[in-house]
This record gives sequence, structure tokens and C-alpha cells, in this order.
Amino acid sequence: MSGPAVPAPAGSLPATSRPAGGRPAATNGNAIVQLQAIHKIYALGEEAQVHALRGVDLTISAGSYIAIMGPSGSGKSTLLNLLGCLDRPTAGRYFLGGDDVSQMPDDALSEARGLKIGFIFQSYNLIAQLTVQENIQVPLLYQGRDLRQYNARCAELAGLVGLGDRLHHRPNQLSGGQQQRVAVARSLVNDPLMILADEPTGNLDSKTGAEVLDLIDRLNQAGKTIVLVTHDDRVASRAHRVIHMRDGLIDREVTNRPLPANPHPAHA
Amino acid sequence: MLSFQLISTVRLGIKSLMLHKLRSALTMLGIIFGVCSVIAMLAIGEGASYEAQEAIKKLGSNNILIRSLKPPEAARQQGGGGPRGMQLKYGLTYEDGARLQSTIPGVRRVLPMRIIRENVRFSRNELPCQVIGTLPFYTEVSGAEIVRGRFLCDQDELHQNNICVITAGLAQRLFAIEDPLQHALKIDAFYYRVVGILRERSKPEQRTQAGKMEGEPLDNNVYIPLSASRTRFGEVLIRRSAGSFEAEEVQLHQITVQMQDSAAVETADPQIKTALKRFHDQNDYELIVPLELLRQAEATKRRFNIVLGSIAAISLLVGGIGIMNIMLANVTERTREIGVRRALGAKRRDITLQFLVETVVLSVGGGLIGVAVGMLTPLIVSHATDMKTIVTVWSVLVAFGISGAVGIVFGLYPARAAALLDPIEALRHE
Repeated sequence: MSGPAVPAPAGSLPATSRPAGGRPAATNGNAIVQLQAIHKIYALGEEAQVHALRGVDLTISAGSYIAIMGPSGSGKSTLLNLLGCLDRPTAGRYFLGGDDVSQMPDDALSEARGLKIGFIFQSYNLIAQLTVQENIQVPLLYQGRDLRQYNARCAELAGLVGLGDRLHHRPNQLSGGQQQRVAVARSLVNDPLMILADEPTGNLDSKTGAEVLDLIDRLNQAGKTIVLVTHDDRVASRAHRVIHMRDGLIDREVTNRPLPANPHPAHA
Repeated sequence: MLSFQLISTVRLGIKSLMLHKLRSALTMLGIIFGVCSVIAMLAIGEGASYEAQEAIKKLGSNNILIRSLKPPEAARQQGGGGPRGMQLKYGLTYEDGARLQSTIPGVRRVLPMRIIRENVRFSRNELPCQVIGTLPFYTEVSGAEIVRGRFLCDQDELHQNNICVITAGLAQRLFAIEDPLQHALKIDAFYYRVVGILRERSKPEQRTQAGKMEGEPLDNNVYIPLSASRTRFGEVLIRRSAGSFEAEEVQLHQITVQMQDSAAVETADPQIKTALKRFHDQNDYELIVPLELLRQAEATKRRFNIVLGSIAAISLLVGGIGIMNIMLANVTERTREIGVRRALGAKRRDITLQFLVETVVLSVGGGLIGVAVGMLTPLIVSHATDMKTIVTVWSVLVAFGISGAVGIVFGLYPARAAALLDPIEALRHE
């Protein structure tokens, strides 16, 4: 599954930022996520069950930008939770970067989240008592790393999202757009396989929302794999592929534009 | 690496607690009071029992005191309808002393004392005193200290010399400006030259006698040779009171038996009882064993400590429950933060550790403040009330240790509750 290491693009994602001895990055086109006949059933009571996913098959290639859409109850949140290793499927298999994570124990799932996935939430979810720099460092904290060695990287990431001068501010001193940009920086700090964004612009006005989406676009152009859940067609139009969910199944799939063969057109 | 993580977790814990300063302070207050009360209560208890034990030790832990008692039935007779002017004969005898000296093993010295209440006069001053007839080695047995001059000597005893040694307090009260050593006191009909002034190690218990007012100064003592006491006062003591008179014959009021060591005290105690019982058909004496009193005092102290300790432990328990309560509220309030941390890779034990550390920071912080306040409180108490207090190292260690343990015990449940939250539910929590 893992191809030869692609050097990180200079400028947007500094090569020095890669964790020392990190795993080889996936090459464009290689599948980093494979879902095979995924079912998820929630038991509500003694009898009642909710069949949230009814056999989803999905492959996500490295470097792609995927939007998941669908009405409430369609199973898109469940799918996102599964993709984010926050939950385990009732049936089916989920390969993430070559590892079968579908029935991993809780601690291993936590580790998979910490190493391979970056999260961006609708309501930013920064930790109030921490500064911008500390918030960006949170994913590293749980990998047992010495945070003092990552101060420079945090500063770089903050600079990347345009908040280089706010490193020691608290979330409540920032605007919503700024907070979301901190969350983007946080999702990058562990150099994940895939960034999951759950309605990242849902709490933002259209202007700041567009700024955040531009930032996400840039990340994708730099080679990051993005999976984004949204209600908004304009947001979804930025993705390579749009997946429409309905009743626990993938209803239809639209390819807006092909995945570029060259992973980093902007820096070619 | 691990220690770095622990340090950053502790720092994070302090930060989270600082977010709600008032709440954290109030929560700590429970532990502060608990720890403070453990230390302060034990310090006061320790001080009280120390004073009691010192008082007993002053009686001499190697000594056994035997005192003459007016037998209760005789006292009734005299006070009630018994024949007036009847002469009572009771108490310890010179033979008792000699017998104890020769028959009880391990006896070092037997000190007889006659204690007679009499007014002592110097020029126009007159004070009620205890006139104690005793032997020259009194100072060695009782531990009294000669301040000026000398104590009684063998020659005084042999010649029934009319000399006396007085306590420092009496010297002060009786002699305004004169030097006591240059003068003589008048007791009853006789003059006694003052040869020395001594200071008692303990205040000898006042002999209470019927018809006499109590509450007089305790150290108005005049020491005269035993032989002088016998010849000047006679064996029969007569005193008048309220239209009648009592006559009683008491040879010795007290015998102090000094044993060689404390082991000898224990074996001698029952032996003395049996020896005396055979020659006294009425209950006219009492045995005081300071060593035994000391043991009892220690046992009392232990019981006291347990009671105080339990009260304090309960207050610590209450403090701990307060902490648990707040931490549970804290977990609920920070559910979303927990969800975010879990999503970002925190394992269950990371969350457990985070909340446990917060609780321990609270309780240990409270413990430290409590130790400081607890060490200060006894100082204030002893300053304000004259009570002696002793802060022992172990009480500080125990109190502090318990506060730490309270943090862990009462922090475990909320921390566990936080760790077991489902990350998806937690993220959805408003």
C-alpha cells in the first residue's frame, strides 16, 4: 500500500515538519482508505435498532478531496465517525493506510486517530484553557512526544494558517474564523494520512468560511487527503468527488474533476 | 519523556483549575480544614497529655507514694454523733516505714514525712503553712532544688535542731525586705532558724483537712527535721474548730518509697500493698504509683488521639466527597473537551490521568495549605489559652499523606467516568 516517500512540498508544508522517522507517505492514487461492506447498527433499546449503514463500499485515494453530502439520517455522520476511527463497524472491514482498524481495541483506535487522522470540527473545538500553540500541540501530547521539540513546527503551522502572531492567545481572544484556522493547524500537526472536516464552515459567515475552504484547498493541492462533510453544494463543488448518502448507502457519486496525476500542481 | 508528560499534565491540571479559581479554592477548603484539624487537634492532645505526663514524672517514676488517709467511717463518727473529743488514731506508722525498708526488695530509700498545718509567723506576718518534718535526703527523693543555704543535715536530725528550710515562694511572702537566712520563724510556740531556701520540682499536693479552707498557696512549705517535728508538736495533734476540738494521732502522713528502677516499682507495688494490709485493719492509707498513673495517662492519650483522629478523618472524608462532587460536575461540564481530546488521540488512561492529576493537585494543594495553617493554629491556641501544644512530625506526615490519598481515592471515580465517555457522544455534547 505504501509507495515511495513523496517529499513534502516546500513552502506550504515544510519538509522539516515531518516527524522524524515517520511512516512513508502514500502516493497519489494509492488507496489509503478502503471500506468493504460496512454495516453499522445501533441498538436503541431491547428491540429497537437503527441500521445506520447498510453495506458501504468506499475507496479513498491519497491526495483526493472528497465531499460527503446527504440529508440528516442518511448515515453520513456515522460514516465520518467510522472513517475517523471514533467508532467500530458492526460488520465489514475498514483498512486505513493498510491496517485493518475495523475491530481494533479502544487504545489502538486512539493511537490510530492520533497518528493518522486530523480532525476539523464544525464548532472548532479548541480547548479553552490552552493557548493557540498548546492547542496545536495537543495531538502530539498523546503520542508521548516532547513538546519542546515541536515549538518551531507549531509556529510554522500557525504561520501557514496566518496566525503566526497569535501563538500565545487564548481561543476566546480569537474570532471564529481564526479559531477554525487554529483547528486546521492542529489537524496538520501530526502529519495525518487524511483530514476529516465535519461541516468546517457551518459556524462561519460566507467570507470567513471561504477563507477556511481556500486554506483546505491549498492543503489538498499540497498533497493532503481531505474528507469533508457538508450540506452546502458550493462547498462540495470544491471537491474532486462528491458522495451522496441516502438511507445508509451511497446513493450516487459525482466526480467534479479528476484527481490530478501530479500531486502538487501549484508547486510543480 | 514520561516525566515530561507528567509535568505537562500537572501544568495542564493547574491551568484547568485556575479557570475556575473560586470553585477550586472552595473545593480545597474542605481539605484545608481537614488537614488543619488533624494537625491542630493532635497537637493540642499531645500538649495536654505531655503536661499531665510531666506532672506525673515529677512525682518520680521510680517512687511509690503512700499517704495516710482519715478512714471514712472514723470521719463520719467524728463529724456526726460520735463522742466529742475522741482521739483518732490512724495512718502510717514509723514501723511501716522501717518494715518497707527491710522487707521489700529493690527499695533504695524510704522517706517518711509528717505534714502538719500550722501558722508560721515572722514579725507581723502570719501565713498558714505546711510544716513538713522529714529527713535530710528529702531533696534527693523529691528532686527539690536548694536555691540558697543548705537543706537539713544528719546533725539537725540527731539533735532535733530548731532549724528550718523554706520554699522560695514562702520566703518571698513572709520576708518583705529582710534576708530570710538571718532570721527565725515562729511556728506554734517555737522559733526555727532559716538555714536554706529551696524550690520544689513539683507542687506537693496539699493535704486537705476537715475544717480547713482550701485554695491557699500550695508552696508555703516549711521543712524541719523529723525528730524536731516529733518533739515540738508531739504525736497527738489537737486542733480546735468551731467550738469543738479534734485530736488525732498520726505518726506519718506520707511515706515515699524510692525504688531502684521502674522494673522494681512494678514488682514492689503489690508487695507493699500486702505488707501494709497485714498491719492496718482499717483503710487508712492510699498508694500512689506514678508509673502506673503514667501508663494510664498514656493509655488515655492513645484513646484521645484515636477520637481526635477519627473526628479529623471524618472532616477529611467530607472534604474528599466535596472534591469528588466538584470533579464530577467538572467532568460533565468538560465533556466536549474530553471528546476533543479523545478524537485527537488521547487514550482512556490519558483522560483518567488528566482528571486524577487535577484532583490530586486540588487535594495536595489543599493539604499543603492545611499543613501550614495546621502548624500555625496550635501556636495561636497556645498563645491565646496558655494550653501547651506540640506539633508532632508524624501528625503532619499522616495528615498530608491522607490528603494525598483522599485525592486519589475520590478522584478515581470521576476520572474513570470521564475516560469511559463515548468520544462521539462527548463531541456531540453541548
